[in-house]
Amino acid sequence: MKPHIRTKTQFDFADIPEATAFEAGYLVSVNSGWRSIRPVIDPARCIGCEQCYLYCPDGVISVQEGKAVIDYDFCKGCGICAKICKAGAIGMEAERK
Amino acid sequence: MANPTAAQISREEFFYGHKACAGCGGSLAVRAALKVLGPQAVSVLPAGCMSAVGFNFPQLCFSNNSIISTFAGTASMLTGVEAGLRAKGYKDFTAVGFAGDGGTADIGIQALSGAIDRNDNIIYICYDNEAYMNTGIQKSGLTPFGARTTTTPAGANIHGNIRPKKNMFEIAAAHDIPYAATASIGYLPDFIRKVEKASQIKGTKYIHVIAPCPTGWGIAPDETVESAKEVVDCGLWYLAEYENGSYTLNRKPKQFTDVAAYLKKQGRFKHLDDADIETIIQSRDKKWQFIEKTFQLP
Repeated sequence: MKPHIRTKTQFDFADIPEATAFEAGYLVSVNSGWRSIRPVIDPARCIGCEQCYLYCPDGVISVQEGKAVIDYDFCKGCGICAKICKAGAIGMEAERK
Repeated sequence: MANPTAAQISREEFFYGHKACAGCGGSLAVRAALKVLGPQAVSVLPAGCMSAVGFNFPQLCFSNNSIISTFAGTASMLTGVEAGLRAKGYKDFTAVGFAGDGGTADIGIQALSGAIDRNDNIIYICYDNEAYMNTGIQKSGLTPFGARTTTTPAGANIHGNIRPKKNMFEIAAAHDIPYAATASIGYLPDFIRKVEKASQIKGTKYIHVIAPCPTGWGIAPDETVESAKEVVDCGLWYLAEYENGSYTLNRKPKQFTDVAAYLKKQGRFKHLDDADIETIIQSRDKKWQFIEKTFQLP
């Protein structure tokens, strides 16, 4: 199971577990607000080699039907994918133009 | 186009939505290792970046069972996790620890040494970003010579850290550990192969992976993978394994790339003068003389 966003984001004191244990993979916030630049995939150039998928520190790239797809909710815009891409299929674009 | 390394590991993500800095090398090491070990991995993380970015209640970014240990107790908690699960009758699990360089070479070295001595069936992965990055870049035992940190500032007289990096890989190997290896996130297929290999071996396994920190090293977030590659190519780090009492080198660069070029890209080495760089090159050459004499070469 991949950690994923849950709807319950507010917790009362009573909800907080007494032991230091809680449900695994419980996410309440995205990381997209961190980004100043975003990777954009050019599907025409993407050869589906999965290097970007492999080297992404946040694991936000998956290859679907032979082309890389980015989960922008959790991409921080580090740009490692654009550098590692031998096909030159990933460009970095400013978040605010 | 198939990627043989990607095909080898789980498609699932087990470390996702974490709050590590953009381009964090440590988070890539943890992510890749968990994709090898799968959902049955039970991870132990001491105080350090990866626990700080992974467990912010209720934002919990591991989907496998994970626990925070004391700073000094990564290896001893791994011992307990392994013994406890075994006593409960579980068979299909891997106890894996992810500790930083400070948590391994300074604060957690005693617990690690004890675990290797008992030969507990655990994997200990040290993600080495070469200083205490989580607390704001203080020198650790694995900070290299010349690096500027907040506790080894670079001034006119003293140019950053005056001591060389501890040799944790050989310290672990000197226990006659069943398996020890060095790796780099710049050579991910090699790291993944080593984690896979470690998971098949019984006893204590130690993997030391170089994981650059853009914040502490003074590099751009998109340069971490490249720096991790370059440090191997210029000979300041090496990819090797220790098994059955002997060392094997996995990669021998035909010709080293320029050490000065590697250093000068990083903010923490900007102040180094030619004499400092010469010292670094000499210590590298001395290390490689030792490697060529002692290690089985590829």
